[in-house]
Amino acid sequence: MKHQTFFWFVLPSSLAMLLFIAMPIVSVITQSLYTSHEQVIVEVENCGPFGCTKSVTIDQEATEALRDAEPLGKFAGAENYLNRSHLASGELGVFWTESDGFGDFFSKVFNLPLYRALAFTLTFTFVVTPLTIVLGFIIAVAVNSATQVIRGPLIFFSLLPMIITPLIGSLILFWMVDARGILGHALQWLADDPTLSVKASTPLMWIMLMVYGVWHAAPFAFVVFYAGLQTVNQDTLESAMIDGANRWERIRYVVIPHLVPLVTFVALIQMMDNFRVFEPIVSFAAQAHAQSLSYFIYSDLGGETRLLNSAATTSVLTIIGVGILLSPVLVRTWRDFGKG
Amino acid sequence: MAARTMRQPPFVRFMVISFLVLWLIVAAFPFLWTLWGSFKVEGDFFSKADWANALTGPLTMVETGGQFTGDGYYGAWVQEAFWLAALNTLIVCVCVVTISLTFGTLGGYALSRSTYRYAFWFLLFALMFRAMPPITLVAGYLLPFFEWNLWGHLSTTIIVLVAINQPFTLWMLHSFFKNIPKDLDESAMVDGCTRFQAFRHVIIPVMWPGVITTGLFSFLLAYNDFAVTAMLLSKENQTMVPKIASFLGTTQTKGNVMFAVAAVVSVTAPLFVMVMVFQRQIVSGLTAGAVKG
Amino acid sequence: MGLMKRVTLGTAFALLGTTSAMAAGHGCSIIEGRISIVGNEFPAIQTVAGAAVACAEGAATAESNLTADHQKINVAGMSGNPAEYTTAIVANSSIVALMNEDVIQPLDGLLAEHGDGISPSQLITIDGKVMAVAFMANAQHLVYRKDVLEQIGVEPPATYEDLLAAAKMIRDQGIMENPVGGAYAAGWNLAEEFVNMYLGHGGTFFKPGSAEVAINNEQGIATLNMLKSLTEYMNPDYLTHDSNATSAEWEAGNVALMNMWGSRTGVLMDEEGSETVVYENTTVGGPMTVGGGSTPASTLWWDGWTVAKNISDEDATATFLAMKAGVSPAILNDETMGQAVWMIEGYEPAPVNAGVFAAIAAGTTPYPMLPYQGLLHTALGDNIADFLQGKESAEQALADIEAAYTAAAKEKGFLQ
Repeated sequence: MKHQTFFWFVLPSSLAMLLFIAMPIVSVITQSLYTSHEQVIVEVENCGPFGCTKSVTIDQEATEALRDAEPLGKFAGAENYLNRSHLASGELGVFWTESDGFGDFFSKVFNLPLYRALAFTLTFTFVVTPLTIVLGFIIAVAVNSATQVIRGPLIFFSLLPMIITPLIGSLILFWMVDARGILGHALQWLADDPTLSVKASTPLMWIMLMVYGVWHAAPFAFVVFYAGLQTVNQDTLESAMIDGANRWERIRYVVIPHLVPLVTFVALIQMMDNFRVFEPIVSFAAQAHAQSLSYFIYSDLGGETRLLNSAATTSVLTIIGVGILLSPVLVRTWRDFGKG
Repeated sequence: MAARTMRQPPFVRFMVISFLVLWLIVAAFPFLWTLWGSFKVEGDFFSKADWANALTGPLTMVETGGQFTGDGYYGAWVQEAFWLAALNTLIVCVCVVTISLTFGTLGGYALSRSTYRYAFWFLLFALMFRAMPPITLVAGYLLPFFEWNLWGHLSTTIIVLVAINQPFTLWMLHSFFKNIPKDLDESAMVDGCTRFQAFRHVIIPVMWPGVITTGLFSFLLAYNDFAVTAMLLSKENQTMVPKIASFLGTTQTKGNVMFAVAAVVSVTAPLFVMVMVFQRQIVSGLTAGAVKG
Repeated sequence: MGLMKRVTLGTAFALLGTTSAMAAGHGCSIIEGRISIVGNEFPAIQTVAGAAVACAEGAATAESNLTADHQKINVAGMSGNPAEYTTAIVANSSIVALMNEDVIQPLDGLLAEHGDGISPSQLITIDGKVMAVAFMANAQHLVYRKDVLEQIGVEPPATYEDLLAAAKMIRDQGIMENPVGGAYAAGWNLAEEFVNMYLGHGGTFFKPGSAEVAINNEQGIATLNMLKSLTEYMNPDYLTHDSNATSAEWEAGNVALMNMWGSRTGVLMDEEGSETVVYENTTVGGPMTVGGGSTPASTLWWDGWTVAKNISDEDATATFLAMKAGVSPAILNDETMGQAVWMIEGYEPAPVNAGVFAAIAAGTTPYPMLPYQGLLHTALGDNIADFLQGKESAEQALADIEAAYTAAAKEKGFLQ
């Protein structure tokens, strides 16, 4: 395709992405390199309905001069990336020299917010992604073997976990898994432990978040695989059957290789989404047990005093993290590119 | 589908059926539970005393005098004007799907037909764009949108959703177009068509299945979005999901929680209709596309 | 109890003051200018915003955006010129963000011209300049089940130590398994409980006159230990319980003692959502002290309105007048009376509001309005849960809080 034609075809799409994604990314990267100005603080007396107290406030006139001189703030270089809320390079160095043994070192490292969040996020990503793919595949195969008439309702009900608004879906699930909710009660009965509470224990909370993750994402994998199954070459299947391949062998040697490209696609999207896990943490009120980078951004932007530079830094780290995570898949795509 | 390869021995058939039943229970149970509970009062559905209250509904009996109550639905649709939010959602969804697909088909087609390396880099950057957390994007939009008076309008939200959704749409449609043989449009060009004419007359007629599938995912994104719509829309332009969230609020007002539950159930109904209508296309769409990854 | 209530109410009224008689009638037809309100979405604020918006007539325009996300959009929405929002409804914690970004204007001029009907005790003055007008008060205080305390033969606790003793008796006598409640959800709620308890222990958050945090001390450790002792009598899920979940727990009759927001107690005492024995015996007490201190372990809060800086004088006047009408005695009726502890003339406190008045009378500390308090609050909310779950020592938790705060304060330019 000619360069010029290509240009006109991708123009609308590129324009939308440039304006609303690329420009914000540039501004976020810039912001992550700056910190706020030194704030000029003055002591004042505050009075209100509950009496007067001595307090401090920001001297706006003095601060305004600083703001006008450097509207972006103070250039900080990599400082935001290296401070304790992010990569914590200084703390890591201190822990390394001070700790007695690896166990001690790692327990200190996982007390730092970013590393603790990474521990959860990576576990989540590497547990949920494969399980989603496997479950989605099994559902697709099962639905595919059902009678034509009931497939419509089957597809709809299988899609439910994805199409119920996550916000509400997890709110209702949150009540259901409560120690006195129906699922929590069922779990207590199954475990034969009347004091069992999912919300009170970190390991159980992790498991619940992961189960929710798989439950919520399985329909996406299902739809993609189910569609892929429709194009499996029936002739190949039949000849495999004539050659004496049993059911499992036919799936193993005909169906699965046919679906591999789809698995790549689903894995790519799922790894990215799982690495940015956020909504379930908020809806299940799991902050005390599990954090993610996206949760930190939310918390930085949602506090009484917003930490814009810190949120920007965490966002850049998220993009870099996704890049590293997806690099094996991307290298493969790079090699295959142009062949197909 | 009566191919010989599909015939199953009884044992396999039993396994498949029991798996499907199990999966349907897991997938649909929370929804059915919500559907049932939406006709009860809050004290029963969210009962801390005994989960079985949601089934038997003793407080529903006391507070409303009947086994079931439509108060949640009445409150949401009549009292809180949920229909207005439904209308806004309809506008947003139709626009997002149409614009996303228009942009996406043009871009996806070009990407699938270009053999130059920059097309790969284009796709790669699109993927990296998708990695950007939406909350950061939205926080960044606020200041300029307020400054230029763009905040609060449906049109702003629509274009933002289109942009955020572009990377996924491009990837999906790109792999779909790769599956349409190149000979089709190239032979049309040999016959004297321009690239765009070839696209219009040869590709568009055969692309619908893939476009509809991609459209379903665009639709779901716009339909379910909370991060963007909650922050960028003013009260009167609110769509359904932020409206539901506002029923909950930080300090839950009595009864409002049941409005949210009723609204959630209502929101699912149009999706059911849509899936039933489009299920064939969804399948044949993905069949043709995405297979090459 | 009866005597105590009368005394506290009396004090409270004296405090709220009674200045000029209100100008007659509603008196708020505004015919020019733009009014645009942003604020939180709870019922009291809905009432105020509704009354303010109703003032617009003729060429004047008025709208309101009341949402739980108000803190995320108010600064951006007031930064433009002209600002999208002409007024933000804030509390003593959230006004700080607007002050820090310099987007609200001093109201002295407008007050001098149109200030009749606003009592001086409503004015929030910072460095001699009026920055906001408060219209309601809130505080956390004891809520208890009268019947349960009678059953174990104990007076309503006045200190947290008494509360623990009562909780132990309730548990030992097999009345309730987890008799204590509280909004201990990790994040903002838990941090708020720390702030309460730390102030009750007589602690100060910062080194005097500086932004340097100083909570890793005896009071800090005592605070954490007290929080942990309380959680031992709570439902094991306490780290996920915000005030909504805590109220639900109360209505289910699982809890007999809790520290709860005054604004949230009204719904606990109505007939909806709980059994008769629960709502009839729900009683409000004052805030409790801790560790032998005299200052209650609670904080006082106000909600008030501000006027944006980057708007025309015409809009500022219209907004001022509309908001004044929004908090005028005319908004009080049977329905709105119970929505809050109003700082409005003509407000008649119900028994349910006694707790907030008791908190005011007992000299409870207002929540600090320091520019960097919000950063500490966030750091507290993120780092206390580990200690409560027994994953780390109190010293380590406090050190983590200080380190998290210091990193944030450096980024915001409060520390070098």
